[in-house]
Amino acid sequence: MKKDIILAGVGGQGILSIAACIGMAALSENLFLKQAEVHGMSQRGGAVQSHLRLSSDPIASDLIPEGQADLIIAVEPMESLRYTPMLQSSGWIITSINPYNNIPDYPDIELILKEIWNQPHYITLDADNIAKDCGSLKAANMVILGAAAPFLGLRPDSVEKAIKTIFAGKGDDVIQLNLKALNQGRAYALKHM
Amino acid sequence: MEKMLLLGDEAIAQAAIDAGMSGIYAYPGTPSTEIMEYVQASAEAKSRKIRSLWSANEKTAMETALGMSYAGKRTMVCMKHVGLNVAADAFINAAITGANGGLIVVAADDPSMHSSQNEQDSRFYGKFALIPILEPANQQEAYDMVHEGFQLSEEMRVPVLLRITTRLAHSRTGIARKQVKEQNPLQLPSNLKQFILLPSIARKQYRELLTKQSAFEAAAEKSSFNTFFAHPDSKLGIIACGLAYNYLIENFEQHQVPNPVLKIGQYPVPRDLVNRLYEQCDELLVLEDGYPMLEELLKGMLNKGKRIKGRLDGTLPRDGELSPAIVADALGLGHQRGNEVSSLVKNRPPRLCDGCGHHDAFTALNQALEAYGRGRVFSDIGCYTLSALEPLESINSCVDMGASITMAIGAADAGLIPAVAAIGDSTFTHSGITGLLDAINNQSPITVLILDNSTTGMTGGQTSSAFGKVEDICRGLGVPEEHIIVIKPLRKYHDENVEIIRKELSYNGVSVIIPRRECIQTLNRKLRQKAKEKLMEGNQ
Repeated sequence: MKKDIILAGVGGQGILSIAACIGMAALSENLFLKQAEVHGMSQRGGAVQSHLRLSSDPIASDLIPEGQADLIIAVEPMESLRYTPMLQSSGWIITSINPYNNIPDYPDIELILKEIWNQPHYITLDADNIAKDCGSLKAANMVILGAAAPFLGLRPDSVEKAIKTIFAGKGDDVIQLNLKALNQGRAYALKHM
Repeated sequence: MEKMLLLGDEAIAQAAIDAGMSGIYAYPGTPSTEIMEYVQASAEAKSRKIRSLWSANEKTAMETALGMSYAGKRTMVCMKHVGLNVAADAFINAAITGANGGLIVVAADDPSMHSSQNEQDSRFYGKFALIPILEPANQQEAYDMVHEGFQLSEEMRVPVLLRITTRLAHSRTGIARKQVKEQNPLQLPSNLKQFILLPSIARKQYRELLTKQSAFEAAAEKSSFNTFFAHPDSKLGIIACGLAYNYLIENFEQHQVPNPVLKIGQYPVPRDLVNRLYEQCDELLVLEDGYPMLEELLKGMLNKGKRIKGRLDGTLPRDGELSPAIVADALGLGHQRGNEVSSLVKNRPPRLCDGCGHHDAFTALNQALEAYGRGRVFSDIGCYTLSALEPLESINSCVDMGASITMAIGAADAGLIPAVAAIGDSTFTHSGITGLLDAINNQSPITVLILDNSTTGMTGGQTSSAFGKVEDICRGLGVPEEHIIVIKPLRKYHDENVEIIRKELSYNGVSVIIPRRECIQTLNRKLRQKAKEKLMEGNQ
């Protein structure tokens, strides 16, 4: 088993929480794991990415080799397109359709979505609205994690267990919200794969 | 013992705790910050009473660590690569004094300058100081090298440099721990003159350091971090230093490289191992995630030996970090590439946070400076450097910690009056105070903005040494009381703030304006923490 995943978004959007959940789930299944994060200056509202590698065999490089990623998981649609050279031809893009517009020249969102729909394999979903229906916009990143879940090669219960552990300090309400968001995202992906 | 999921930085911190460290000293700097942060948050470190306070700058951190080493205890000092420039005086001389308790200097380099002003390679500093260098290929090695490093430092009685790079520092993986060691007892150096670098003693100490070189090299030759992977191929031999080894083996099925490979993790360069590879092969490829240090050594000035491939002959790019793809290209393997990035994708550079006080401070400064024209604001290292970008475009320099004030003095001396310096509170106590003293003694017509967000913001909100002390420091240095002015950088005070800055710009001497408002990130974190505590109370 090997999954190379690019996580993409804008600083502050919660991609590291997604990475932490996948990472913990992978560890609980005794997989090898490497997760390269971006800290420091670029975190301030800039484009951020994390390379997450899971494997049943030891992993060498902290960075995913170009053109070999299995998945791009993005919490922002334009950011999902930034890393297409990293993706292999059979790879999937899982992304939110909700733009994070903090630059003066953000392109027309319709054009961005059309470009994503031109890629060979994708799941695009309105994570913000799904999260709101679950109870809070804050869970949009968990909706995206849910949509990516069927592609991770991990057992559903290990991802759920990871969410319970990671958000334990935030109270039961937050855990239930995140689990609901996860399941809604997963249901959407299973319907649209 | 179960593996721990740790960043490279955190693995180094955990190793230091486990190896019996008694104190750690540092100034925050990406990508080194998380080492100290991990120790500060560690319950084990607390119960073992490990000292772990941020220092005012890297030089004071280095000296404090040297003091702890003098007293016989194990200690670590951490900094980003450019921090070693600040600590260099103490660092180089610490090699001459030598160590008593184990002393590890961690320098975190940033090839590709993800968060830095240059991509200098700290291994040159280690070589310059004539001390052993350790360079891990992965996070587990980083953990193991801290244990070995303390031992090496105590055996050889010198500081040891641990050189890491961004990708290793900020990548998380499972780490197996070693047995936990007791801390050293307080134990003075057997020679109480060892640390007195009077010329007569320094000459003796220096000769001793030179004598130790062969022992350092012998240790590198037999080090488990330097490994020769034999292979019958005699065409190409590969030398891979530190992290570059991973990028090499990533390119091969089962990580089996079809060439002889020398993996290097401990310096001085193990000459016999290198020679063995050189004798076997027609040409060598040198992979270094940094400057071509070993490549240059091998090649020599005249390049009359066998062909040495690497960054100097164009086989690899001359600058920037390596990657699996770059190494694949250097080996002529080629590599896959997904679809090109769509032309729709726009740059999204970092920016000041929404609600950041720096934004309001620079908006006011821009307006106050309109009468004088552009090009007179010298700035410094911190979040506020982002005011260089659109829409503010306020500043004209960012060179090194503290350079804002001193460059403004020089520019004013040249006739650029008024000249403005813009420096953060933590950067001010790091390296701005001495510059402000120069300005006072020089009676320079400069206006200094000390942007006080009451934290070290850029690196994630560490305690600022300046906290609650800025006005007192300025007073103490001799800035006239009426020219130390605190303002509140908020949109509603904009006009008032512009007037104050305008007035100080026209003053023919040193004035200090302190725009003070807490960093929006640390403020939000405190609010979240409060909400969490409230929740905990509710649950009880």
